[in-house]
Amino acid sequence: MSMNLLNLLRRRTGSAPVARERLQILLAHERGLRSQPDLLGILREEILAVVSRHVVLDPEKVIVRMDRGDAVSTLEVDIEIPNGFEKRLKVAS
Amino acid sequence: MAKVLVVTSGKGGVGKTTSTAALGAALAQRGEKVVVVDFDVGLRNLDLIMGAERRVVFDLINVAQGVAKLSQALIRDKRLESLWLLPASQTRDKDALTDEGVRDIIADLRTKFDWIICDSPAGIERGATLAMRYADEAVVVTNPEVSSVRDADRIIGMLDSKTVKAEQGEQIKKHVLITRYDTSRAARGEMLNIDDILEILAVPLLGIIPESQDVLKASNVGSPVTLNNAGSQPARAYIDAARRLSGETVDMVVPTEQRRGFMDRLLGRRAA
Repeated sequence: MSMNLLNLLRRRTGSAPVARERLQILLAHERGLRSQPDLLGILREEILAVVSRHVVLDPEKVIVRMDRGDAVSTLEVDIEIPNGFEKRLKVAS
Repeated sequence: MAKVLVVTSGKGGVGKTTSTAALGAALAQRGEKVVVVDFDVGLRNLDLIMGAERRVVFDLINVAQGVAKLSQALIRDKRLESLWLLPASQTRDKDALTDEGVRDIIADLRTKFDWIICDSPAGIERGATLAMRYADEAVVVTNPEVSSVRDADRIIGMLDSKTVKAEQGEQIKKHVLITRYDTSRAARGEMLNIDDILEILAVPLLGIIPESQDVLKASNVGSPVTLNNAGSQPARAYIDAARRLSGETVDMVVPTEQRRGFMDRLLGRRAA
């Protein structure tokens, strides 16, 4: 009974609120990208430069991602380091 | 002083050309001297919507390249004395139109007309950026539908960065024109409503054009809807929008569903 009522209520509200919410989230993200067109590219290059001063790594294995939220955004940096990098570090020093 | 207005949207098929013709005719009916310019090189259609497709001799590219004079390419409307059309060419060469060419033509048109209305092609490529490049004002056309609103937002970003006005640190005046609006579907929550769209785009509203058969009827016969059936709902909405463009304050009317007759309901015909 209660499920039926809930379904009935849900059916009465159309899909427009979903459209609105999806658009708001998407556009907040896209506007952010537009104002700083290549922020991620710059970050990636500079992080790569700093890390490779100390560790030998494959530039292809550096992934930088940004997720923009309403209150906070997160920057995710994923760097894959090959095994045995410490040895190379010692050799280098 | 002449005003250059671009009618743009990003997305195709939302009603740029229909709106260019309807607003141009409505402004001309008010006694303003108007030219509507088709920037859709390769896929011109404004001539067809204006009912002047058989009168095209020279076009925008011919003038830009110096093959023809501006006066040879301009076509005067047969119904309204103060309404003119500058057609696009059907060439497939995308680079036929240059920034300098457009700049010179717009400068020339400014000396001859009160309103220069540029009908932008869809997309965000060269044709669309050239159509908006020298504009003072912009009408961003959108349907109450997610992909159209998203593209409108993208175009608004371009208006604020890629136009000469924006580059000079000035603000280009922007308006949103919502087309194909269905009040009853929006009321039922099946379609984005006016407040949703305005809140998302944050640009003032120029008008609400209802979904209507009158728009198709007008394009079938090659007449701007404001001329073809001036009393129809979309025509009245366009005429109000034109008055707002001229600086008048006009109350915004949300179009309401027209009453369907008994026979229409019986036969399941859709209301206009």
